[in-house]
Amino acid sequence: MPETSSALAEQFEEMPQQQEAATLGMWTFLATEILFFGAMFLGYIVNRHLHPQAFAAASEHTIVLFGTLNTAILLTSSLTMALAVRAAQAGDQKWILRFLIFTILLAVGFLIVKGFEYRDDLREQLWPGPHFRTDLPREAQIFWFLYWSMTGLHALHVIIGIGLISAMAWMASRGKFSPAYHTPVEVTGLYWHFVDIVWIFLYPLLYLIHRSA
Amino acid sequence: MNAPVAKKTYILIWLALLILLALTWLVAQVNLGPFNTVVALAIAIAKMFLVLLFFMHVRSSRRITWIFVIAGFLWFAIMIDLTLSDYLTRY
Repeated sequence: MPETSSALAEQFEEMPQQQEAATLGMWTFLATEILFFGAMFLGYIVNRHLHPQAFAAASEHTIVLFGTLNTAILLTSSLTMALAVRAAQAGDQKWILRFLIFTILLAVGFLIVKGFEYRDDLREQLWPGPHFRTDLPREAQIFWFLYWSMTGLHALHVIIGIGLISAMAWMASRGKFSPAYHTPVEVTGLYWHFVDIVWIFLYPLLYLIHRSA
Repeated sequence: MNAPVAKKTYILIWLALLILLALTWLVAQVNLGPFNTVVALAIAIAKMFLVLLFFMHVRSSRRITWIFVIAGFLWFAIMIDLTLSDYLTRY
């Protein structure tokens, strides 16, 4: 008999094979996510190419301090997530839970900063439509449409990530993970790092164009 | 696969990511014309590779995982390439 662990689903021969399949499944999902966000990045590229001046003028109104702070928060949350996976591999029950909770707190911190930023953006009349500020060219609304939809979709992914990591924390607190079985933490980590990568590109594209001009 | 990576490696990668963040912010304060975008994207791609290779364990993954990772980015590149071959050649 191969393994008799209850964590091994019946279609798999052994744990490493099951883990390999789960990792590939997550990467398949992430490939669809690359194209999902990719369509919006493409919309950004095309419209920035068509309206370069309007995009430069519009992006001067993004709040760089909040954007930079949030980039640092997400990069740090990727570290704590990687350390949570490492603790799971090593079977260190106490630190799996601690690092998962650190990651959740950083993710919530990201959303709080984003909330303050959205409030300031709305006060500055940067929501596209009839009440959009009048000192910017019309096409600046395309930039701000992309800003709200791209950061909004990203924030939705952060919220889903908080849900997934919370589920992992709950499982960890019940001692579900061991060096032989920690695939859910590993796969949740892949998702979380992907959310971080999306932000790594949103940051320069939304906050840093024409800062010097 | 996935032999545990040393804690020190993860912390060094995190420090490198924060240094690259500071660098991308600093470069954006200097007017380099069109090169501002080139530098910003080059730094973003460098950060992406650090996250992919180390935090996401692609470096120590099997070749089949590499194929799946590359496939996602390849199709994204095809989408951008075909679209821009239209927009960049309109006169």
